[in-house]
Amino acid sequence: MLEKLRQAAREMRVAVVKMTTAAGSGHPGGSLGIADVFAALYLGGVLKFKPGDARWKGRDYFVLSNGHLNPAWYAALAQAKCIPERELTTLRQLGSRLQGHPVRGTLPQVEVSTGSLGQGIGVAVGIALGMKMERLPNRVYCSMGDGELEEGSCWEAFAAASHYKLDNLTIFIDRNGLQQNGRTEGIMTLEPLAERLSSFGLNVINADGHDFTQILAAFKKARATKGKPSAIIFKTTMGKGVSFMQAKHEWHGKALSQTQAAEALKELAQ
Amino acid sequence: MLEESTREGFGRGLAEAGEADARVVALTGDLNDSTKVEAFAKKFPGRFVQAGIAEQNMVAMAAGLAIAGKVPFAASFGAFLPARCFDQIRVSVALSNLNVKLAATHCGVTTGEDGANAQMLEDIALMRSLPNFTVIAPCDGEEARKATVAAASIAGPMYLRLGRERVPHVSGNGAFTIGKAVTLHEGSDVAIIANGVEVAQALEAAKALAAKGVSARVINLHTIKPLDENTLVKAAAQCGCVVTAEEHQLQGGVGSAVAELLAERRPTPIEMVAVRSKFGESGKPAELLKKFGLDAKGIERAALRALARRK
Repeated sequence: MLEKLRQAAREMRVAVVKMTTAAGSGHPGGSLGIADVFAALYLGGVLKFKPGDARWKGRDYFVLSNGHLNPAWYAALAQAKCIPERELTTLRQLGSRLQGHPVRGTLPQVEVSTGSLGQGIGVAVGIALGMKMERLPNRVYCSMGDGELEEGSCWEAFAAASHYKLDNLTIFIDRNGLQQNGRTEGIMTLEPLAERLSSFGLNVINADGHDFTQILAAFKKARATKGKPSAIIFKTTMGKGVSFMQAKHEWHGKALSQTQAAEALKELAQ
Repeated sequence: MLEESTREGFGRGLAEAGEADARVVALTGDLNDSTKVEAFAKKFPGRFVQAGIAEQNMVAMAAGLAIAGKVPFAASFGAFLPARCFDQIRVSVALSNLNVKLAATHCGVTTGEDGANAQMLEDIALMRSLPNFTVIAPCDGEEARKATVAAASIAGPMYLRLGRERVPHVSGNGAFTIGKAVTLHEGSDVAIIANGVEVAQALEAAKALAAKGVSARVINLHTIKPLDENTLVKAAAQCGCVVTAEEHQLQGGVGSAVAELLAERRPTPIEMVAVRSKFGESGKPAELLKKFGLDAKGIERAALRALARRK
């Protein structure tokens, strides 16, 4: 299992580099950083889905609140056989289902349009609330960035998730400590993040976002928690897997040159 | 003959829609009584979501509830919805084309004593600029009830503009069809196109104009988007001049919508009754309508100006 996930994440990183380089724009840094978590989510038995039936009623709902990480998400969907691998290089091109940020109505897997930070989490709370109203067992997973938490609307959503005791909601935060202009702590202090989240009534779980055993255990723990929503803080490294991109905020929203891409792919192949 | 406010009609319509369809749910942010969601909340407590004073999250949650298969109505004051949460409305609701209904009460200067911040005058401009959205501004309580029931039964994002003050029942007992303007008074010299509280004022103006020998047609344009193009173009062609009347800023409102249409399809002199780039202020609703030239007298004056420009 772990080897399968490692291999999938490696292939996803290769896809992220290829897609964003072909597009000439996009967000490769965060996408490389979250690849292990998304691989575990889709291929580690965490998320319930049917590859051929995106709107299957028994599915778990996935909301990419940090919509700019969609290269990694699209790559995970391809690994999970939800979309064809060859479609990945159409990212950001005219007429593509793989829009620059997810748009509902393009890929059937997109539950809601995102890309404006701090909104997807509120939508995820609404879905979880709807499931509770009908006593349905479906879970809701919401992917968030750490810089995204600077949007006040995130905290409105956390308050509501806690107020309505949405234990069917798993929030996970890509805690790479970086955002477009630099370190999160330099731009707007987030720490003590775990305490902040837990004071909002969330069950906080800390895990290494590059250790599959820890990732799977964290998701399992969240699923087993009753009476409150869970928030997993995944410690990650932006640009993970490509040495010259690692932990550099400059790679938040910039594509690689052809030369850089060749170098990155060589490294990822090792 | 003051009867019912459009927010009260909305409250009745919401309870009725909730009765007819179990998927209907309602949200508000600590404004149960003010938005008239109260009746629904009492009748269907399990289908009512208290969002707290957090309109951005309320709209996002409404989008999520729509994804979960519900028909959510989110209600607040126009000053907070759409004004405070326009980004959520634009991306989570409109770009996602979700079945979310937004109800904004306390729109316009007739909100009265609460003053400028509370008197939303820019909402139509915001909402009619969004793809996928249907935008409706009923003219009285009964029409608001019908519009709410209609909104619940048709899929897609919709915006209902509602007011605080009681207004006379002028819409009659006919059917309400989204997107179909209603001619309330026949006339051939000038067409007055109004919605919301301005419909009653327009009817009063038409009476005064008749006494002066001017035959004014009054059209209740309850749906601003999509526009009933045929009714409007026909009115412009048959009357030869047009007056628009709205309790909203001039920029981006009903006057703009009508002018956009007629400029392309049937260039016609238009006089616009609207708030001219000013904020409201405290006062009694009737005093404010007069002060901003939105009363029957203001419409009558605009009609005479339009007539003078008619070729």
